[in-house]
Amino acid sequence: MQQQTMSEIKTILRFITAGSVDDGKSTLIGRLFYDADFIPEDQLEALRSASERKGLQATDLSLYTDGLRDERIQGITIDVAYRYFSTKNRKFIIADTPGHIQYTRNMVTAASSANLAIILIDARKGVTEQTRRHSYIASLLRINHVIVCINKMDLVEYNETRFQEIVKDYMDFASKMDIADIQCIPVSAIHGDNIVKRSDRMLWYQGATLLYTLENIHVVNDTNHLDLRIPVQTIIRSPEFPDFRGYAGKIVSGVLRVGDELTVLPSGLSSRVVGIDTPSGKVVEAFAPQTICISLDQDIDISRGDMLVRQQNLPEVTQEIDAMVCWFGISALKVGNKYILRHTTKEVKAIIKDLVYKVNLADLKREHEVSGFNTNDIGKIKLRVTSPVMCEPYRINMATGSFILIDEGTNHTVAAGIIV
Amino acid sequence: MRYRLDYLEELESEAIYIIREAYAQFERPCILFSGGKDSITLCHLAAKAFAPAKIPFTLVHIDTGHNFLETLQYRDELVSRMSATLVVGSVEQSIREGKVAEEKGLYASRNRAQTTTLLETLEMYGFDAALGGGRRDEEKARAKERVFSHRDEFGQWDPKNQRPELWDIYNGRKHAGEHFRIFPISNWTELDIWMYIRKEGIPLPSLYFSHQRSCIRRGNTILANSEFVKLQEKDEVMDLQIRFRTIGDLTITGAIISSASNVDEVIDEVILSRQTERGMRADDLRSEASMEDRKREGYF
Ligand SMILES: Nc1nc2c(ncn2[C@@H]2O[C@H](COP(=O)(O)OP(=O)(O)O)[C@@H](O)[C@H]2O)c(=O)[nH]1
Repeated sequence: MQQQTMSEIKTILRFITAGSVDDGKSTLIGRLFYDADFIPEDQLEALRSASERKGLQATDLSLYTDGLRDERIQGITIDVAYRYFSTKNRKFIIADTPGHIQYTRNMVTAASSANLAIILIDARKGVTEQTRRHSYIASLLRINHVIVCINKMDLVEYNETRFQEIVKDYMDFASKMDIADIQCIPVSAIHGDNIVKRSDRMLWYQGATLLYTLENIHVVNDTNHLDLRIPVQTIIRSPEFPDFRGYAGKIVSGVLRVGDELTVLPSGLSSRVVGIDTPSGKVVEAFAPQTICISLDQDIDISRGDMLVRQQNLPEVTQEIDAMVCWFGISALKVGNKYILRHTTKEVKAIIKDLVYKVNLADLKREHEVSGFNTNDIGKIKLRVTSPVMCEPYRINMATGSFILIDEGTNHTVAAGIIV
Repeated sequence: MRYRLDYLEELESEAIYIIREAYAQFERPCILFSGGKDSITLCHLAAKAFAPAKIPFTLVHIDTGHNFLETLQYRDELVSRMSATLVVGSVEQSIREGKVAEEKGLYASRNRAQTTTLLETLEMYGFDAALGGGRRDEEKARAKERVFSHRDEFGQWDPKNQRPELWDIYNGRKHAGEHFRIFPISNWTELDIWMYIRKEGIPLPSLYFSHQRSCIRRGNTILANSEFVKLQEKDEVMDLQIRFRTIGDLTITGAIISSASNVDEVIDEVILSRQTERGMRADDLRSEASMEDRKREGYF
């Protein structure tokens, strides 16, 4: 079951859509669903009647992803909305993100769980500040695959030269970033060119349609299967089975086998694995991202927030963290501020020691003279935590390299952190 | 050898992780049990998450008083099979005590009144987190709800001020009197649920499979004929071969004509079907934004 080859099993691909307001994201997703026949009849009916009420002649496909009432009234998308569709070999989860500057946080949020990003560019406008911003966020969060949809090709006469110009612009600037795989597709969301059906107005384009690319793109396995890390979620005990003591959690990276000698961090105690329970029953081997419950040969002191690892492969255990953060808070992030830091299943207090630099999202330059981060700022900070966390750089391990900051007064999540 | 999970295993793993987080982060979490396939799946996942121990959640059923007999039977069997504790919040009683008024008029239902009973029940037992079987593909307003969804001290949802949810780090911190709704199967679709039910062999109430029943035809809607549904002028009463795609309050749960009598046949039907599940619910048809309005007030 778990050892089939990739073509035999249906896997999940999570992606986001990003672009400036009015580049056509909503229309693109609507078109994708419409042409691929993913929209149920009753929802299509609702779309038609909503379009009619707005006095439109054709069905406005962009209404399909516009969720909440205020947004419908304002005619804009303001939060992250999730959509689902499925083809034979893949289940797709789309997080639709807004293009407004003030909603950088939503893009970061959606990007944190995506393996692929579709970035839209208006063919008339070309690469904009927003395009750069979105691509930067995608690379910061290590989305390895980017599909650049150059939209509204109908408004530039389906012109190949214009397309190539934009591709060159994009590639020039993307080469400075860390994105493994970039593909560019000329589309017209409103007319459906190269979304699900091949365009007969751009015969010069030899590549695949958007849907075909999504279905067939080879997603490099982003999961780290080398470094065993199991943050403990909870301990399972039961009066009916007095001898049972299970350590429950998710293998966030690595592979675990019965017989393995595990070390508990931060205590450093160790014990041998005698049993692994997964949702599908007992196994001798389990791997990320499976949820498991482990039995050990000795009762040792383990609690939520501890991490189970192998002695010869340890993460860093530290109280000093250097990280890139995206700031969501209303009040500014300043040196000396204190927050709750949640990392894997552990919660500690943190104090901001230094604001190293802020990234100017317009030109991606670093600004070293900073007194505070405002909402939607991204930059590098140093912080200190009250008790050690078991971490490593995000680029090596996303699960142990990420954290959030929580405001103690409001309980709001005020920052996303990426350990460098 | 490749270490990969297929989509159902990945969804299952994600859900179990969330359920364990709910248990670890809250003092008195409960499961909202409607008797429908989503909450049945949720209970199944919760049992797996804590096996071999019993589920550490009380089951809460908000009873509108308009139940299918099958739902109540199934509920009680499930409770005893899982050795769980059940709490029933009665809408009937809230109405009798004058806490909420019975709706009047042609399309009167107890759907909205449920919110009052739900919030009261949570408060009465001091539940600080309620796990639900809500899925994002059900409805537009649900599509943007968080997995850990905050409710203020009035039980209200503020869709414009939701906490960003990053990676799988869930922030369940709250002030006294507030609570969370938690949706472990947010990312499952109706078809995913059915595929999982088949894979796991989860028993379901017979209502989900084709059966002969005395029904009321009201426009495009088919309702079960029962003492709770007031007949209207144009209603036609007839025996039909039907099944239900969702199960809730009997007076608003629409049936579909179907001959699908087992899980395989239902799956074939779901794959072919061109209607969403909620498309059949009178409560959502009232206005385009009705689910969102109800959710803001504290509905499931
Ligand atoms: N001509 C043309 N117009 C488009 C195309 N795609 C979107 N639009 C229009 O651009 C506007 C913004 O589209 P929308 O999908 O709402 O953009 P969003 O803000 O990115 O979601 C709408 O008026 C669309 O009809 C396209 O391919 N060609």
